[in-house]
Amino acid sequence: MRFLETFFNTQVIANYLPDLIDAMGVTLGLAVTTIIAGVLGGALLACLRVAGIRWVNFFIIVFANMMRALPPLVLILILYFGMPSLGINLSGWMVIYLVLSAVLIAFAEEIFWGGLTAVPAGQWEAGRATGLSRAQTLFYIAFPQAARMGIPPLVNRTLATTKLTALGSVIGVKEILSVSSSAQSFSGSATPLTMAAIAYLVIFVPAVIASHRIERHYQYAT
Amino acid sequence: MNADRTMLEITALEKRFDQTEVLKNIDLRVREGEMVFVIGPSGSGKSTMLRCCNRLEEPTSGAIMIDGQRITDIPRRDLDRMRLKVGMVFQGFHLYPHMSVVKNVMLAQTKALKRPAAEAEARALEMLDQVGLRHKADAMPNELSGGQQQRVAIARALALDPKVMLFDEPTSALDPELVGSVLKVMKDLRAKGMTMLVVSHEMAFAREAADRVIFMDGGYVVEQGTPDEVFGNPKSDRLKSFLARVLNTDEDAA
Ligand SMILES: Nc1ncnc2c1ncn2[C@@H]1O[C@H](COP(=O)(O)OP(=O)(O)OP(=O)(O)O)[C@@H](O)[C@H]1O
Ligand SMILES: [Mg+2]
Repeated sequence: MRFLETFFNTQVIANYLPDLIDAMGVTLGLAVTTIIAGVLGGALLACLRVAGIRWVNFFIIVFANMMRALPPLVLILILYFGMPSLGINLSGWMVIYLVLSAVLIAFAEEIFWGGLTAVPAGQWEAGRATGLSRAQTLFYIAFPQAARMGIPPLVNRTLATTKLTALGSVIGVKEILSVSSSAQSFSGSATPLTMAAIAYLVIFVPAVIASHRIERHYQYAT
Repeated sequence: MNADRTMLEITALEKRFDQTEVLKNIDLRVREGEMVFVIGPSGSGKSTMLRCCNRLEEPTSGAIMIDGQRITDIPRRDLDRMRLKVGMVFQGFHLYPHMSVVKNVMLAQTKALKRPAAEAEARALEMLDQVGLRHKADAMPNELSGGQQQRVAIARALALDPKVMLFDEPTSALDPELVGSVLKVMKDLRAKGMTMLVVSHEMAFAREAADRVIFMDGGYVVEQGTPDEVFGNPKSDRLKSFLARVLNTDEDAA
């Protein structure tokens, strides 16, 4: 009984459920917008890199390495506490969105680029020999193959990055973890944390299942 | 068709990679409707010469005329249009693995030639029929044998209505029992009047089906003539020793 009292207190659940449902919306919104920006941005940068313009590629490589090397929390704190002194005030939500998107862009770029370099030269030659331009060959032939190769690592990275939305609790974004941990302090009960765990499962278990579907759908032997 | 009209003419072609001079001085001519075979030892520059003909490789100097157009003078931005006139078939097929067979044959038609999709599909099915694979239109490339993949690759090139077809060892990657199906397609093409330049080690086929045979070695065209002349009465020592080598190993294999 003590266990239920601690982790599944019905009164506490009733009190904080509405807030937590709002927080789930915030987490989900952050995750979805981050995935969209991260995957599209990463694809765009990888394709840009194919053009082989030296200073552009230098910029992309530096960006990708920095974003992958730095702990996201450091970037979050810099943007949140540093930018206001430059006169730029970003909301906590915006900071999380920008940082996680940048991180996912960096990883996605490297994943797509790895896939592009693994597309055999013969594929490019076949495309060019049939009169397709470089851009068309990239768009219709090379990138679709690179994307398929990149799906498993990209799915993993996407899940890992979107879970970092919990870092929003550090700068007061009302996402699942921050709402539930402040509820925990107020109520003195661990129940809100249980609710948080369940809320994350509700969001991420379907995401994991969907990702398996995607992986299977795009598998093909070569 | 005018049998004397020159469809492809290479004049004083030279190609150098950094320090190594691969093609030193190549002259050759393919008339409309002719099937010309190119033979020669490994590394003699046969592939390089073929790839210069659609500028997958940039010639260092010399001229190439195709269907009356001097393709060596075309600016880079206009290369795509020129390549529509020159079909190429590779040793490794290079079908697009993420697209069905019919989509493989349609892609360049719709994107490079700008044919409407329905027309491109009809043309693709017609070409697949010509290579005997219409029933595989909806298959994925990895579901096909090597010989079938190569025939799809031929259909993909043909669908663009090229003036010339270039073949770079189209049967070298195939199991022996699959070679015949590809050679048959090439023979049908010749009967239809397609102009073809073929790099191949299929000596028996060259002897039977080629109009002329060109022997390349060390960056030069060393000898050329009808199959009977080249195989039956080789003049240069280099050709004699090359033929002795390849015909011997052919017999060993058989
Ligand atoms: N991109 C390249 N860079 C440097 N050297 C090259 C390049 N492509 C080809 N070569 C060289 O040019 C020479 C001729 O190559 P090529 O592939 O044209 O010969 P080939 O006659 O087709 O030989 P094979 O019968 O083995 O296919 C070889 O020595 C090769 O190493
Ligand atoms: Mg070769």
